[in-house]
Amino acid sequence: MTHYLLIESRDPFESNDVSYYYQLTKDLADAGNEVTMFLVQNGVLAARPSTRSAALSALGQSGVKILADDFSLRERGISKLAEGIVPAPIDVIVDYLAAGHKTLWH
Amino acid sequence: MSKKTLTFALMDAPYESANLTTAFRILDAAIRRGHDINVFAYEGASALAFVRQAPHPNPVHGKNVAEENHPTTKEQVAALLAEATRNGGKVDWVNCGMCVDERGVNEFVPGTRRGSPADFQAFTEASDNTLVIPTK
Repeated sequence: MTHYLLIESRDPFESNDVSYYYQLTKDLADAGNEVTMFLVQNGVLAARPSTRSAALSALGQSGVKILADDFSLRERGISKLAEGIVPAPIDVIVDYLAAGHKTLWH
Repeated sequence: MSKKTLTFALMDAPYESANLTTAFRILDAAIRRGHDINVFAYEGASALAFVRQAPHPNPVHGKNVAEENHPTTKEQVAALLAEATRNGGKVDWVNCGMCVDERGVNEFVPGTRRGSPADFQAFTEASDNTLVIPTK
């Protein structure tokens, strides 16, 4: 099993590429890998309960761990998160890199 | 967790993208954990350590330079280097040579150096992991 960390910095309301990144995340998980998605910057806008958050919650149900940068959430005044999304500090990225997770930024 | 060597490639120019704020936060977290860090500053990011950056006043808000306290990326780079020294870690910060020549920013913060993409390749081969933060 390979460990992946996929970092999403883009707003799904602004960039259609985000849906492809979600799909990549799901495909990696479906292939038996351990996958974490870390939302940062405008990527956390999808963490609000909204029409776009359903796709993230579905990822969570596929076995993907979904984290949202606590600093980015505070900057945007987001306190209520959609199902399956957990706030996390930026240090998580460092710890995952140090642990050898294959890490991608979008 | 034991000390690791992590490599980061940055591409965004100063003062333009939230990517750099996040990148500096990640670098700071890695340095505070005592890891050794390699940074390859490519394209616009090659200006991050340009030593002639100057803070400016904000006449719209009636603030002088001191009151505005405008942050510069050269100071942030220097702060990362200093933090690494305090934590017993190392930072090898390479500014892409062709990129700095193109932009006229080939005077660097002390402790950073000129290099090429070959340095990035060497970094990745010698590191435990690599993160590339590209421009949009």
